[in-house]
Amino acid sequence: MSKQPSTATIRRRRLLGNRPWGVYALLLFFMVLFLFPVYYLILGSFESPSQTLNGLHGAVPTSLTLQNYHTLSQTFFSAQITGSLKGFYTVSTLVSLLVVGGGLIVNSLAGYGLARLKFKGRRLLLLLVIVLVIIPFEAIAVPLYYMLSGLRNTLIVQALPFIGSAFSIYLFYTFFLNLPPQLEEAARIDGAGPWRTFLQIILPNAKPAFASVAILSFIQIWSSYLWPLMMTSQPNVYPLSIAIGNLVKQQSTPNYGEMFAFGVLLVVPMAIFFIVFQRWFIRSVASLAVKG
Amino acid sequence: MSEIVLRNVSKTYDNGYAAIHNIDLTVREGEFMVVVGPSGCGKSTLLRMVAGLESITDGEISFGGQVVNDFTPGERDLAMVFQNYALYPHMTVEKNIAYSLKLRKLPKDEIRRRVEAAADILSLTEYLKQRPGRLSGGQRQRVAMGRAIVREPKAFLMDEPLSNLDAKLRVQMRSEILQIQRRVGVATLYVTHDQVEAMTMGDRVTVLRAGVLQQCDTAQVLYDRPVNVFVASFVGSPSMNLLHAALDNDGTTLRVGSQLVQVPESVFAARPELRAYAGREVIFGVRPEDFTLDGTGEVLQGRVGHIEALGSELIVHFGMDARNYVVEDKGGSVEEAEELLEATALTEHVRNVARVAPRSQIATGDLVPLKVTMDRAHFFDAASGESIW
Repeated sequence: MSKQPSTATIRRRRLLGNRPWGVYALLLFFMVLFLFPVYYLILGSFESPSQTLNGLHGAVPTSLTLQNYHTLSQTFFSAQITGSLKGFYTVSTLVSLLVVGGGLIVNSLAGYGLARLKFKGRRLLLLLVIVLVIIPFEAIAVPLYYMLSGLRNTLIVQALPFIGSAFSIYLFYTFFLNLPPQLEEAARIDGAGPWRTFLQIILPNAKPAFASVAILSFIQIWSSYLWPLMMTSQPNVYPLSIAIGNLVKQQSTPNYGEMFAFGVLLVVPMAIFFIVFQRWFIRSVASLAVKG
Repeated sequence: MSEIVLRNVSKTYDNGYAAIHNIDLTVREGEFMVVVGPSGCGKSTLLRMVAGLESITDGEISFGGQVVNDFTPGERDLAMVFQNYALYPHMTVEKNIAYSLKLRKLPKDEIRRRVEAAADILSLTEYLKQRPGRLSGGQRQRVAMGRAIVREPKAFLMDEPLSNLDAKLRVQMRSEILQIQRRVGVATLYVTHDQVEAMTMGDRVTVLRAGVLQQCDTAQVLYDRPVNVFVASFVGSPSMNLLHAALDNDGTTLRVGSQLVQVPESVFAARPELRAYAGREVIFGVRPEDFTLDGTGEVLQGRVGHIEALGSELIVHFGMDARNYVVEDKGGSVEEAEELLEATALTEHVRNVARVAPRSQIATGDLVPLKVTMDRAHFFDAASGESIW
């Protein structure tokens, strides 16, 4: 006969329920650990410079001010010399739109082709895509610089190398591979051609894949630094990430309050983008996990 | 409406694997034709070739006299029901059913009229605004049927449409599909691995094995006059008992293991070629119901292994000292085949089955005399497996 639970155990169970409280505590600990820097960044952006770097004491809000944001908008007001905040946002937004929008079209079609079309050299092409996923951007940055140097200080050059993305292609490829082919066959029998099948049948069922690729490529391009640093030297084509770097360089004594404020300005659009699409993103990650 | 004709149709894949060999098959107007065979026999490939989803290497497929080899699936004007239904998950039931009509640019009123009519036939009216994800298996099956019938197509193609349903629903849907097919009256090609489904549904049944057409006829003819030992064993449940046997030199006595049975003259009259087998080995086939416990006449002694009492009858598994003939590639999955091997290894001599009257007084371990209805027994060539007629 198995051991009976003691009265104390039963009372405890009634009180706490049958829940893994230990696990919850651990999760809470890590959540605080990960969220603290974000909290510190946001708080610091609303504090005067003297308070900002006051160690853990700085983590307690005392007197909040919009001074840092005000200074930033002042500093980056005259577009001639430094560029304007509005300008940086415009550049970053346009470049990101190009990369995300163009990337969704190009990479989804490539992934679909690799998953569904039968052609000679398909396996080799797939292998090539996988190899390209592994190669870091830094390794090809210099050759790319020479190839595209004619396009320096333009918007298009900031987006061009990132539109076609091996990682996105691979993500789409695995997603389409898991989509039942009977859907397309049913559409073909119903009389739909390949484009109509893709647009009306595949696309609506691939929202999770599109959302994941959109989020991942947006985060990547929005915070990219090395490539725009190489390809831009004029304030009117600076994206946000370069502008924040320049701010740091300009200051003889670093003003962390302003840097934090700029950091917040950089992060907020990413957060908004993520929140808008995360519903599908989470589902997509979950489905990938199930299907392996 | 038109008939489907396959002439010398073959399919060989790029890697040299020949899936379909020279198939000649005609599905008449309004006929319900079932293609049945073990998994991997090429039956789905055959269906997909008719649908235009798979190219053909050789031969000709025509609908109503028109060769459609180079037609796209859409141009062939067929409707297909898939095993997993392949409903569009993002569309409502209504839109699923209407999709093909919309692509053919039918007027909106006409589309609505046809969708409503189909929904009415299939009792789907209250589900029209729902998505397939919220429907049960049987309802999804009906939507798939609805999508097929609104087209008013030249033919129906169905690829194991019932295999995802539970047993009870399957029996119900069998008759529903048949009723709808009769109502619409178009040529139907229906693929299944389930021989019971094939026998109960098909006007005619085509048995396929390894891409080769074995026999195409009505269920009763397949059962009574199978062309070879494969068809004989595939059709019927429990399947036919197949035993290695030999005709004596005088040609009238059959040696089954250590036992002898007389072959009456009537058998030779029905199967004249059997006379040529005097002194030769044959495969002797007896359907389970052709054994009776009435101990007179031509009798084989069998040791009862176990008994399944089904109420209306007893399924008696028994052993004999005769060697059983094993048909390779009879059907089912590899696992099933392995399971069968394991089971037979344990009960080496209990490979034969008889169907006898309920409440018969027999028990496990008994040695019972089983009378063979010789006029209904089957004889096959031991080398080729062909029926001897």
